[in-house]
Amino acid sequence: MDALVLEGLTKVYGNSVTALKGIDLTVAEGDFCALLGPNGAGKTTAIGIVTSLVNKTSGKVAVFGHDLDREREAAKACIGVVPQEVNLNMFEKCFNTLVNQAGYYGVPARLARRRAEKYLRLLHLWDKRDEISRKLSGGMKRRLMIARALVHEPRLLILDEPTAGVDIEIRRSIWDLMREINGSGVTIILTTHYLEEAEHLCRNIAIIDEGTIIENDSMTNVIRKLQREAFVLSLQERINEAPMLDGYTVRLRNDREIEVEVAKGQGLNRLFDELSARSLEVSSMRTKTNRLEELFMRLVENKQMTPQ
Amino acid sequence: MSASGRSATSQALAGAARPERSLLAINLVGLGTIAHKEVRRVLRIWVQTIIPPAITMTLYFIIFGSLIGRRIGEMDGVPYTTFIAPGLIMMAVIQNSFGNVVSSFFSSKLQQHLEEMLVAPLSVFTIVIGFVIGGVSRGLLVAALVTVVAMFFTDLRLEYPLVTFSVIVLVAMVFSLAGLLNAIFARNFDDISIIPTFVLAPLTYLGGVFFSISLLTPFWQNVALANPILYMVNAFRYGMLGASDIPLGIAFSIIVGAFLALFGLALVLLHRGTGIRS
Ligand SMILES: Nc1ncnc2c1ncn2[C@@H]1O[C@H](COP(=O)(O)OP(=O)(O)O)[C@@H](O)[C@H]1O
Ligand SMILES: [Mg+2]
Repeated sequence: MDALVLEGLTKVYGNSVTALKGIDLTVAEGDFCALLGPNGAGKTTAIGIVTSLVNKTSGKVAVFGHDLDREREAAKACIGVVPQEVNLNMFEKCFNTLVNQAGYYGVPARLARRRAEKYLRLLHLWDKRDEISRKLSGGMKRRLMIARALVHEPRLLILDEPTAGVDIEIRRSIWDLMREINGSGVTIILTTHYLEEAEHLCRNIAIIDEGTIIENDSMTNVIRKLQREAFVLSLQERINEAPMLDGYTVRLRNDREIEVEVAKGQGLNRLFDELSARSLEVSSMRTKTNRLEELFMRLVENKQMTPQ
Repeated sequence: MSASGRSATSQALAGAARPERSLLAINLVGLGTIAHKEVRRVLRIWVQTIIPPAITMTLYFIIFGSLIGRRIGEMDGVPYTTFIAPGLIMMAVIQNSFGNVVSSFFSSKLQQHLEEMLVAPLSVFTIVIGFVIGGVSRGLLVAALVTVVAMFFTDLRLEYPLVTFSVIVLVAMVFSLAGLLNAIFARNFDDISIIPTFVLAPLTYLGGVFFSISLLTPFWQNVALANPILYMVNAFRYGMLGASDIPLGIAFSIIVGAFLALFGLALVLLHRGTGIRS
């Protein structure tokens, strides 16, 4: 069964900002899926709709087969969510935060206390159990929110930029933990604007930009696509068949143009040698623009501007 | 990952059993959780929640009851201090039930931890009742304290315990709901002080806490009758002292009517996500 299905999901906010322009996404049970995109792409909006914090404008959402319009409570019971912004009760003790959250999901009090202990220990917060959230560091707050999302033992864990603004060491430990949680059978969806994070953790990836999913594939395929560059070569002579060039993938665009895929770092000299050997004269050459590539350039720039 | 290489973490997680809970069971546990949390909040910040109203009411008894009351003599056939006691208890209930829910709900909305409840499989019914239990608890706690204070100044009677008790609980529920509605619409701290200052306080002071409406001219009597708090104060006073300006049936209808209307409105607004979901 699919953990999450989105169909034609749109969101227009009250101020007439269109945050989602009809996205489709399917996440299989047990998957570890990244929703990657730059700031403002619509990630938090999509998560908000799935977790009942934002009203959708149109479209369908189903969580483990429970349609949000018809069986919202059943759908909610399957999800644990770690929001992007800290939303802890600042005056509540860590232990009580978890016990309360378990209670909201119907976990009886005694079991809730056991779970609170289990997840505080798991997130290395047990010695902070009697501290109020306000006294915690940023990284600890983030961990407390992860513990809170796990305390009712959800089948689908959604994390909205869980490592934004935490230092590298904590980021690593959160990554390890998420891998283990996923290993125990929990489906995980994670939003991020770090490609590195998605690459490290996720099997599948959906890339979202300006409210549209522009790529949805396995991580391996996306990386492969990114590691290739395509060039369009205009030829002096007409041809009617793409030439076979050793080591390059070539496609005929029209009788005067071919498109050549080159792995990054492969170099172009041999390409031109091969072309010369076939007496194909190149009159001009341009890089084929690739929306994925462009997006990644922006993500990388973004990352450099974001203070770590 | 090989089976033997799995860490303790992973094993702990894998042991997670996921019993299907019925929605009723979830909501019952959830209601207990919200109520418990709300009551604990009242007790934790008792210096803000319990003590100030007790002090204010003590001052009312000293000034209006003992000092001025002695010169007034009787009102509606009872000593003035006795006359104002039920009204002051009612005033404490109104202010504190309202104040508790408005500040608890508004701050959870502002700090966004209301989201903890909104993502959970709780019905809005459960959430509303949970907050109301918090407001009623504080209202009744303060009422008990004011009653104890009142006993130092006057001999309190309890003519009709059932009426007294049901009125006080109903009124606490009505004003808890009113506080919730105020918090739902509020966008900033000004918005949560406007209603208590400009609506609740005047209606309470003019609601017959300190005087019998028989003192008013017929015109002003009719104006006073448009004030729902007048019915609450009088029904409560009737329960304690056996005397009222208002027929009891009308008072009860108005209180129950207000409760149902506010409760329905709160359910609809929370369901729609007014003020809490974009
Ligand atoms: N509550 C809101 N009201 C109006 N516009 C919003 C709101 N939340 C987000 N937006 C807008 O919707 C778009 C998507 O935002 P968001 O979902 O937060 O993106 P991301 O999480 O990918 O950074 C942005 O243009 C943002 O300004
Ligand atoms: Mg976001």
